[in-house]
Amino acid sequence: MWRDAALVAGKDLRIEGRSRVALSQVAPFGIVALVLFAFALGPDRQIMAKGAPGLFWVAVLFCTVLAIQRSVSVESSDGARDGLRLSGIDPAGLYLGKAVAVAAQLVVLEALLAVGVVLLYGARIEVPWMIAASCVLGTIGLAATGTLYGALSSGLRVRETLLPFLLLPIAAPVLLAGTRIWQAAMAGGTPSAGSQWLKLLVVFDAVYLAIGVVLFGPIQETA
Amino acid sequence: MTDDLATVPPAGADRARPDDAAGSDDAAGPVARVTAPPTPSAAARTTERVIGLLALVGTAATVWLGIWVTPPDKVQGDLVRLVYIHPGVAWVALYLAFGLAAVSSLLYLWPRTRSLFWDRLAAAAVEVGVVFNVCTLVSGSIWGKPTWGVWWAWDARLTSTAVLLVLFLGYLALRRVPAEPEVRARRSAFVALFAAVDIPIIHFSVNWWNTLHQGATVLNANLSPTIHGSMAWTLLLGFVALTLVFVWMLLVRYRIGALEDWLAANELDLALAERQAEGGPPPAAPPGSGPVDGVPTDRVGVA
Repeated sequence: MWRDAALVAGKDLRIEGRSRVALSQVAPFGIVALVLFAFALGPDRQIMAKGAPGLFWVAVLFCTVLAIQRSVSVESSDGARDGLRLSGIDPAGLYLGKAVAVAAQLVVLEALLAVGVVLLYGARIEVPWMIAASCVLGTIGLAATGTLYGALSSGLRVRETLLPFLLLPIAAPVLLAGTRIWQAAMAGGTPSAGSQWLKLLVVFDAVYLAIGVVLFGPIQETA
Repeated sequence: MTDDLATVPPAGADRARPDDAAGSDDAAGPVARVTAPPTPSAAARTTERVIGLLALVGTAATVWLGIWVTPPDKVQGDLVRLVYIHPGVAWVALYLAFGLAAVSSLLYLWPRTRSLFWDRLAAAAVEVGVVFNVCTLVSGSIWGKPTWGVWWAWDARLTSTAVLLVLFLGYLALRRVPAEPEVRARRSAFVALFAAVDIPIIHFSVNWWNTLHQGATVLNANLSPTIHGSMAWTLLLGFVALTLVFVWMLLVRYRIGALEDWLAANELDLALAERQAEGGPPPAAPPGSGPVDGVPTDRVGVA
């Protein structure tokens, strides 16, 4: 399973390395979102700094949808999905590999967006490790759920429109938890306030990773 | 009754099996693929009617008791009458409908109990649940505006109800995507399962979110100790009546769902049979004028 996961993740990241879709389209989209939020909330830096945690996570959620779409579409042509299934790769490994590839891209993107939030919105980060922890755990959750829904919707002609509708409400706890942790980290001094949200993220990640590992085989058959 | 269809050579119909053209021994030849529509047994129809009648009577009694018999509340006045409806509707939407949908989806996914019955039941429960969910939000808003001063508060319960509605709507949107019944059932069941797993997490996160954000909203805490007598009975009756309404709507929706599946499977064959009947040799059957009489269910029942 782990070897298969590494193979699949390597494949997806190699495709990204050669096509640069995430780097040249998804990441700039995230920056555009940050700029648009600034337009929506006006030039008052205090309001923007206050809203920075939520805006950061909303931007991440939107980018997640794009990253998942991309992750599905690299296998939508030339019968690549059937090829993968025929190749004897363990479904759990396939699931983990695709999730890892998405998560790796999202982490890079989040680093970029975090810098953007600090520079553009004037957000002051007091407890950096909480930010890092929320990003890692939140990203795992988003990649875990996103890969599940990506596989479910991969055979649909209406995938582009249906996926965000299905995925974003499910990912709402990640947005809530991530925002709260960021707020705690920006306020500083109260790591206890963030710790229960970190636990929530751990539970969220564990639940959906477990579902994916166990059920990814049957889920693929729906495509 | 099918002979007007059976005698038509299906040469033009490329989907028909070629050997059926000459197969006069196979009387049900070209229409063999059109199966009879699912008809519920007499007992099932009677049950449905009795439950519908009980639901009607129960709802009428609740309205009568709630509006004319019970007294207005000391604090809330006539507003308290919403309490005979709102909790019952919420109970159906949040627990009954969603619970049933989750359990049915799980039973569908479980290989030993896999049957389209569970899929249709889950779909019916979700669809009726959406109606009740919207009623919950609307009746809550009507109560909230005079009591809290706002139509909507980001209270934990309200927020989870709204998120649940969105999840329900996503499930229904997925069901509308055309697919083979088994594929659709599987897909929908997975989505229902993922959503069901998410509900406790959403519940907790929204609770924490709200309590960290603002003080807990007083959700008619003054009501429960003072409620007694006719008010308590009316409240209880409201629960029963709304549950019956739910069950009745569920049964009807299930029956319609089964018919829809039948129509989706037979639509093309029915249309083909109709066209063939139009241009075929003069048959002994009465309707030679065309398919103006809608879906000719009576003509395919024999197949």
